[in-house]
Parts: sequence; C-alpha cells; structure tokens
Amino acid sequence: MTTATAHHDDHGHHGPAKGIMRWVLTTNHKDIGSMYLWFSFTMLFIGGAMALIIRSELFQPGMQLIEPEFFNQMTTMHGLIMVFGVVMPAFVGLANWMVPLMVGAPDMALPRMNNWSFWILPFAFGMLLLTLFTEAGAPNFGWTFYAPLSTTYAPSSVTFFIFGVHMMGISSIMGAINIVVTILNLRAPGMTLMKMPLFVWTWLITAYLLIAVMPVLAGVVTMMLMDIHFGTSFFDAAGGGDPVLFQHVFWFFGHPEVYIMILPAFGIVSQIIPTFARKPLFGYASMVYATSSIAFLSFIVWAHHMFTVGLPLETELFFMYATMLIAIPTGVKVFNWVSTMFRGSMTFETPMLFALAFVVLFTIGGFSGLMLAIAPADFQYHDTYFVVAHFHYVLVPGALFGIIAGVYYWLPKWTGNYYDEKLGKFHFWMSFIGVNVTFFPMHFIGLAGMPRRIPDYALQFADFNAIATVGAFIFGFSQLVLLYVVIKSIRGGEKATDEVWEGAEGLEWTIPSPAPYHTFAEPPHVK
Amino acid sequence: MGSHSPKEDVGKHSIKQAPKSGNTAFKLVLAAVAMFGFGFALVPLYDVFCEITGINGKITGPVERVEHWVDTSRTIKVQFITTNNAGMPWEFDALQEQVKVHPGAWTQAEFWALNPTKEDMVGQAVPSVSPSEATEYVQKTECFCFSQQSLKAGEGRNMPLIFSIDPRLPPHIRTITMSYTIFDAGAFAE
Amino acid sequence: MFSRTWQRLSSVVLGLFLSPAIMADWELNMPQGVTDISQSIYDLHMLIFWICVWIGVVVFGVMFYSIFAHRKSKGAKASQFHESLGLELLWTALPTAILIAMAVPATTTLIKMYDTTDAQVDIKITGHQWKWQYDYLGEDVGFFSNLTTSQDEIYDRTAKGDNYLLEVDKHVVVPTGQKIRFLITSNDVIHAWWVPEIAVKKDAIPGYINESWALIPEGKEGLYRGQCAELCGVDHGFMPIVLEAVTEDQYQIWLDDQRAAAEAQAAAALGDFSHEQLMVKGAEVYARSCAACHGAEGEGMGSVFPALAGSAIATGDMAEHIDIVLNGKQGTAMQAFAAQLGEVDLAAVITYERNAWGNDAGDTVTPKMIIDAKQ
Repeated sequence: MTTATAHHDDHGHHGPAKGIMRWVLTTNHKDIGSMYLWFSFTMLFIGGAMALIIRSELFQPGMQLIEPEFFNQMTTMHGLIMVFGVVMPAFVGLANWMVPLMVGAPDMALPRMNNWSFWILPFAFGMLLLTLFTEAGAPNFGWTFYAPLSTTYAPSSVTFFIFGVHMMGISSIMGAINIVVTILNLRAPGMTLMKMPLFVWTWLITAYLLIAVMPVLAGVVTMMLMDIHFGTSFFDAAGGGDPVLFQHVFWFFGHPEVYIMILPAFGIVSQIIPTFARKPLFGYASMVYATSSIAFLSFIVWAHHMFTVGLPLETELFFMYATMLIAIPTGVKVFNWVSTMFRGSMTFETPMLFALAFVVLFTIGGFSGLMLAIAPADFQYHDTYFVVAHFHYVLVPGALFGIIAGVYYWLPKWTGNYYDEKLGKFHFWMSFIGVNVTFFPMHFIGLAGMPRRIPDYALQFADFNAIATVGAFIFGFSQLVLLYVVIKSIRGGEKATDEVWEGAEGLEWTIPSPAPYHTFAEPPHVK
Repeated sequence: MGSHSPKEDVGKHSIKQAPKSGNTAFKLVLAAVAMFGFGFALVPLYDVFCEITGINGKITGPVERVEHWVDTSRTIKVQFITTNNAGMPWEFDALQEQVKVHPGAWTQAEFWALNPTKEDMVGQAVPSVSPSEATEYVQKTECFCFSQQSLKAGEGRNMPLIFSIDPRLPPHIRTITMSYTIFDAGAFAE
Repeated sequence: MFSRTWQRLSSVVLGLFLSPAIMADWELNMPQGVTDISQSIYDLHMLIFWICVWIGVVVFGVMFYSIFAHRKSKGAKASQFHESLGLELLWTALPTAILIAMAVPATTTLIKMYDTTDAQVDIKITGHQWKWQYDYLGEDVGFFSNLTTSQDEIYDRTAKGDNYLLEVDKHVVVPTGQKIRFLITSNDVIHAWWVPEIAVKKDAIPGYINESWALIPEGKEGLYRGQCAELCGVDHGFMPIVLEAVTEDQYQIWLDDQRAAAEAQAAAALGDFSHEQLMVKGAEVYARSCAACHGAEGEGMGSVFPALAGSAIATGDMAEHIDIVLNGKQGTAMQAFAAQLGEVDLAAVITYERNAWGNDAGDTVTPKMIIDAKQ
C-alpha cells in the first residue's frame, strides 16, 4: 500500500480507479458530488412514490387504497425523505461539484471527511426505510414529530428514526464544515469574499446555518430518546416536562432549516439569470446582504409555526413582526433578479426556464408566506392545506426547481455533452404544469377548511383534491424525463465547449468540458 | 485493495493547506458541539422564559405567605377545573367549582382524589392557569401539585390548595381559571 | 386479493366520472364566518391577499415585459448596468412601509382575539384520541362527542351522506348573543379545536389549558362544523366538531334537557334489561365508540389494537373485562370508558363484546353490575 502510494504520487494527473471501490473509497469532490446527486435523485423517486400513494388515496373521499395508519406513515416518510434525503443532499452534491471549481480550489478541504459524510447517508435512510417493513410500521407522527405523539404514543420504530436523524445530522454537519473550510481557506489568489459567485456565498451562509441548527435537532431527538428509554421527562408533563418545549426546540432548528433548503437555490438562480440575460447580476452586494439578513432573521421567527399553541400576546406580536420583516430582504432578491433581466439580451434554454419559473413560483410561495405571517389570519390558515400549498410552492418550484435548473446548467460541464434541449424543454413544461395543477388548488381547499395530514375528507373538498392528484401524477412521471435526459447526456450528445453557455462567467467555465478528474492543481489567478 | 485509490493524490493538494484548514475545521466542530449543548440549554432557558411571560400558566411555588393588603373593591371569580390524563383512572375533582375572592386574601380550596384500582399508584397534578397573563399573580403556599401524591389501592383523600391573588392583578382580569390535570406518575415516582 | 384490488381500482376510475356530480357547492376562499373576529380576520386576509396580488402584478409585469422585449432573438443588446443605490433603497423602503401599514390592523385584531374577559358561558373542551369532550362549567352538563359517519360510508360500501365526516352524535350547543369562552385542553396527545366559521383554532395540549372565545350574534343561529387541526394519531381525520348556535332561550331549555336526560339515564340503569335488548344496544355503542380501533367485526387493527373476536378477555373472566373497559389499560391505547359512557351503554357494549362475532361467553352484564364495579 505504501509503495503503491509512493509510486502513484509520482504521477501528476490520472483518472479515477476502476470498479466499485472507486466509489466507496473516493475522496474526489466530483465523484462525491455525483454520488450525492444520484443519491438525492434516487430518494426523489422514493419520496415521490410516497407522495403519489398519498395523492391516490386523496383522489376522492373515502378510504380506497390504504389505511389511515399507513397514510400517516407515508406523510411522515415523504416529508423526512424530501427534506433530508432529497433537497439537502442535492445541494451538498452541487456544492461538492461546483464550489471548488468556482473558487479555484483543487478539491474540498477535507476530502476524507467528505467521503464519510456521503457514505453515512445511505445507511441512515436505509435504516429509516426498513422501518416500513417492521411490525410496528414506520414513524407515523409527521416529519415535525411533535411530542407526546412521537414519544409516549410513538410506535417502536421511533428509536430507529432517532438514530437515522442523528446519522443524517452528522452527515450534514460534516458536509457543512467541509464547505466552510473550503470556501474560507482554499480560494484562489485574488478571489476575495466579495468576488465570490453567489452560489458560493449562499452556500457559505447555508453551511453556517447548518452548523448552528443541525446540532439542535440532534439535541431534540436525543431528549426524545432519553424520554422514551431512560426515564427523563423533557416533554412529559407527568414528570415535570412540557410538550410545548418540544415545539420551541424543534422550530428553533426548523425555521433555519427552511432557509437551508432555499438559500443555495437563490445562489443557483443568481448564477443562471445573468448568464442567460447576458448581463451582470444586479445588486451583487445587496444580494449578499439580503441573504445574510434572511439567515439572521431565521433564528428569531421560529414561533410563527406555533401561533395557535397559546403563546402570550406579546410573544405572538414579536414573532409576527419579525416574520413580516423577512419579506423585505426576500423582496430585494426578487427585485434584483427582475432588474438583472431588464434590458438584458435573453435566451430561454432549459436552465433559464427553470430559473424563471423559480422566480415566479417561489414568489407566489413567498406571498402565501407573508399571508401566514399575519398572526390573526394564521389562526385560520394554520395546519390546513393552505400551509401545505405554501411550503410546497417554496420547496418544489422553489428548492427543487432551483436544483433542477442547476443540474441542466452544469450538466454539460459534468458530462462534456449538451443535454437534449428539446427533451429538457418538454421536461420543463410538464413539470411546470404538473406543479401548478398539483399545488395551486391546495390553496383553495385549505382556505375552505381542509386540515392537513388527514387521509379522508368531507365532500366539498373533493373536486380540487381530484385535480391535485392528477397534477401530482403529471409532475411525478415528468421526472422520469429528467432521468432519461441525464443518462442520455452522460452517454453522448453534442460536445460541449469549455464555456458551455455564451454568457457564462466564472472559473468553472475556464476548465475543459467535461471537467477533468483533477482541476486547479495550480490555483488560477483571479483579477 | 492493492490498487491505489485516488485519495492520496488529492490529499497532496490539501496537505499544503492542512494547518489552516484543520484549524478552521476544529473551530467549526467546537461550534457544532456548543450548539448541541445549546439545544439542551434551551430547556432551562425556556423555564425562565415561561416564568417571565407566564406562558402555559406554569406556576413556581410554594411562596412564603405574605399578608398583602386586601383589595375589597373588586372580586375575582376563580374557577377550578380538573382533567384526568389518558390512562389515569383516579377519581379527581375539585370540591368547589368556583370561589369568589378579593385580591390579597388567602383562600383554601379542597380537591378530592381516589384511587379505584387494585394497585397502589402515584399521581402528579400539573397546574395551569388561564388567562396565562394572570399566572404571575397567583401565589400558592400549599398545593397538592407541588409534589407527587401516593394513593394506596382504593384509598381516597382530600387535598388542599391555599392561594391568594396578588392585588397588583391587572384590573381587566376578572376571572381566573385554575386547571389541574392528573397524570399517572408511576414512571417518575420519587 | 386480486379481485379486491380490482374493485378498488374500478371505484377510483368510477369516482373520476362521478365526482363532479357529488360536489355541488365547493368553496374557494376563507369563510367570512359569523363573528366580528372572523370578519376582521377575513378582511385582513383579503387585504394582504390584494397587496400580494398588486405587488405580483407589478413585479411579474416588469419581468414578463423584459422576457418579451429584451430577448436576444429580437436583437436586444444587453446593457451592462448592475447597480443603483436609489432603486435598492426604494425597494427596501416601500415594502417596509406596506408591512407597517399591514401590521397595524393585524395587531388590533390579535389584541381583540386575546381578550377573553367577561365571558357569560364557559365551556371546557378536552381532546381525546379521537373524540372531543365538552363540559359546561357551573351547569353540571358534560358529554363526549363522537363521529357518526359509519365505517360503511368511509370504506365506500354505502353512499356518503351530505355531512360526510363532519357529523357527530352530540353537538356542542352554545347560545347566540353571549360571549362564550372555550377552555381547551387534552387528555393524551396534542389536538387542535377548530371551527372556521367562528375563527377559533387553539391547540389542546395535555396538562395545559388554552383559552379562546367567540360571540355569535343573535340571528346567526345554525350549525357550524369544524375538525381537529393537529395531527393526533391514526384517526386524526375522524374527530369533527359540530357547533350548534341556538337562541338564549333554547339554550336554557337544552341545558335542562341534558340534566333531565342524565337523571333518566341514571334511573334507567337501575331497571332490568334482557340479554337481547343489551345486545341490540351494545351493537350501536360498539359501532360508535369501539369499532374505529377494534374493527367493525372485532378483528382488531395492526399491532396496536388487539382483536376482540376470540380474545381471552372478551371470552374470559367478566370482572376483568369490565375493569378494562371502565378503567382502561395502562401503557396501551385502551382508554377508560367509565366517564365516557353511561352504565346502560357500558353494560350493553360489554355484553355485546362477549357474545358477538363467535364469542361465546354466554353471560349478560347488567347495568347494576357496572354500578357496583364503579364503587
């Protein structure tokens, strides 16, 4: 082994090792980025299948396909998988691929840790998914797992759930540390902080958020574990605990988590729009400041998820005002994107289409978020389909469209081939139609009074539920097109230029396409 | 595993940076550990927060009995309600549905608990006050909720509550509801 | 197995064609409701909605104009401006002003919602898995309210009624023209009591008491339906609320009726019942209070809710069976029914469980035995 290492160290650049062990042992940021992305894609289909099971049951009133107990397991697992298994790993995957290329670093700063932080994930989710096949069934208490439903009243699989959350938490923290260290220490000479691409900026801020709140999530599940198995009573009133405490600690994690799932998408869109508008990003500095203020505010708004738990009036008012404030930096970002397009020279390739849809549909999700911030109105919206519509608008055409836009944008750089533009556009329009047909009607049924997380509903909600189910199937199956497009681009196609896109700027476009296995062994100089 | 793996190769690039990177990584790990601790620190912080705001009507007690001036100009209706938590088979009732008191006057109320089962049990009553704004003005020198209550199989007992409403109670509060929920505390028996 | 799947699939396909016929009156928007508070909330909702719409029109208007006019295919040349302090300040200041304008009415409404003083009627609401319990403070009236939609309707074996999943056996009756205070708590997990038409939604949390209030104006008598709004376990979707607003006079009559009915029930418990009478009544009580967990045919459900058909308890020692039904079983989901059901209902349902679905205990539990067991 040592001799082999010495021998190979003499070589400058060489390709990856052969066979399966390449992937198991790899410390290459591109390999690990690809694995993260494939993992996320796989989980997208698993979590998506669960969503389709849920939507099928909700297609019409009455219980037709599954039992209420299994329905609750599906909503819980769908939420956990989409949050922790799809969106977060996809962003980490994109960061792995692109952050070193964008800052001119040879690799991530801590390559071995990078390998571990990925390889924990399949085990964490494998364990979580296996609970579906146990006698007690999978976790059934919602992805927010409120105590005491998730403690005193939980199925025995809750222990596996807790360990699963611990493992994905450790993975995220390690991934975040790696990204921060890479950005702070491995930037090419001349790449000052305020010259960094916005994707790097948003990820830097996201990584700090992750380091701040994933340990709090670990803390809250540890408290659950102790309550369930070691006789403590953090959340059990019988022993002096308090179930509302759970919600405070959970949402102290949960609200920054929401921004963890959207900030990198802001970054991606801020890369794509200038490229296809052929015009520099409007208000770069204000974008950075807006992102930072959103991150800061995310720590002082958590109780807006708890307006109906009986908070004192003053507390309620504070959290309402703080939440409304978030609209200001978020608005700045949207205005900046629109100004970037204004008087540009736009073309509409697939990444741009997804980015434009992101701006419009994420903003719609932002509007409903602003409505939810109004505490008195939240008493009517809370825990209804209006909330479901809101967070799906920010997470699906928000986070997910951001990720998909990024995949299309960088795919030629990764594979060396352009993707099939026709199929890409087809995928976009199917996704765009599917997402709106699925989630827009949910605003209506929520306002009309349908609570979330119910397996069956009253007759007046039937029409829009049926429409939403049709939309969900359109959206779900459209993602197979993406799978096909990606595979096709890996296997061949029109060769991509180094710059790939006419208006693209940044270090990642100065290297060949496909990106060689090792890049920036000698740091580039940034003017 | 005789074949090489690419990591050594990449390691070479990062080794140059290692001291600085290691330092940053170490600080970040410390930050993560500190935040894990902070999660637990939220528990006592929350209690402090509750005491200040009266959230959830948590009452800390007992207090020293202080003779306030009695505000005879107004009368507060104090309601008592009791709830059995799931799996708690005790009979548990307030012996008076409500009392009318002047702020500042000390009043005694009686509650009744009976264990109808064939086993000895330990119960814990959890107090809550509504409106929560009134919580900080409810003072108790004695309450069955301050400690666990043990009842032998078939045993019943009267349980006292001695309280007073602080005369500084804001004038718009004219009704106070004191709620007690009895839990089976067998798992937490002291 | 196959035929069952096929049946379900065909019912889904049929539903596609039938569904427009079923739903005549669907709603698109939040109800304005019947109270001042619900009206204020509706107004806030519409105000913020139109603010969002207008911001959207302006922002997306500019965006779509650019998409239309500043496209490369039309020969647009990109200008290179990328900063404007004035614009940045403008679109920070303008939203701030709008938000402040919005915060004022929101604050006023919230303060009103928190003012529970001087209520004339106090109703304690306790959430249970999966039913609501109502106690009228100082009136000596209290009851449980269970879903009445049958399992047959839920599983598509019969047609669904108009108020499918929104109907209960006992309405929570309130007088109009009086301020009603709701004191909300829970017996097990967290629930949330929600009636959209009066804009009351509050979490029911074990150990803690939350309060909310409503004043339904005179002339707005009627039925207002709601549902549990916090995930509380398997039957979260099956614990509705039906609020019945009646005039003050009718309310007093209703209270008297409730008290008289309770007395009559207590007296009836001392009478004699035949085995057959108890079996008939037991079947009704079972369907309402037990079938959701133990199954319509006593077959149980999953690993949490054991089968009663052929169970050792339901065919074994009667005293033990009575004890479990009255006091629940600690450490399991089995609740104590002593306070939930009257003596006659308890006797009937236990008799039924011991002699239905092939159970052959052959004995009869009388209401008197229940009274003795409660001592």
